[in-house]
Amino acid sequence: MSIVIHLKKQDYEAMLKHCRAGLPNEACGLLGGRVDGEVKTVTKVYLLTNVDASNEHFSMDPKEQLAALKDARADGVSIIGNFHSHPESPSRPSEEDKRLAYDSSIEYLILSLQQPDNPVLRAFGIDGNKNVTAHEIDIVE
Amino acid sequence: MTVTVAGSKKEYEEGITLPELIEKEEIENAQYVTVTINDEFVAREDFPNTVLKENDTVEFLYFMGGGAR
Repeated sequence: MSIVIHLKKQDYEAMLKHCRAGLPNEACGLLGGRVDGEVKTVTKVYLLTNVDASNEHFSMDPKEQLAALKDARADGVSIIGNFHSHPESPSRPSEEDKRLAYDSSIEYLILSLQQPDNPVLRAFGIDGNKNVTAHEIDIVE
Repeated sequence: MTVTVAGSKKEYEEGITLPELIEKEEIENAQYVTVTINDEFVAREDFPNTVLKENDTVEFLYFMGGGAR
């Protein structure tokens, strides 16, 4: 299976700005959108608060999660993924990321700011056995 | 009775408890799910004693977190 995630450039830039603004801590958010077979289209990015306020951990604010879920549903879409930053490490799921990936149906995007001038965004599927699969991100104008 | 679960209206028997609903909905990794009923968060210790009512709206939210290590 070859999953592709379509992400608008302006949404990518909003994610990047949010993650940079959150430094030195990790930042996080949710992705609203639709799934059509192997194509996942992000229609809206939700910028959430990392309630851990840590540069090594993140936890989303459940109230903000609920608000995003309801907003996505009102738009006729669903939450198809989440994202968080790695301020000082590469764009790949850590052991903790894998352990805490409880929803195997969504995409897990990680934005590495390890090289400040060269941010790296990657997407992963994490199944119930914690197997990680890299997915393609197509950033569109 | 009608209960809205994750945005879909469904019919469930009167008196169904929250743990019973979670089981019927086959929620993956249910121990890591936060539940709201009518936008109110339900404390996990209150799950067993929570009985759904007609026209309740239930949402399941996975804990979302991680770390860099």
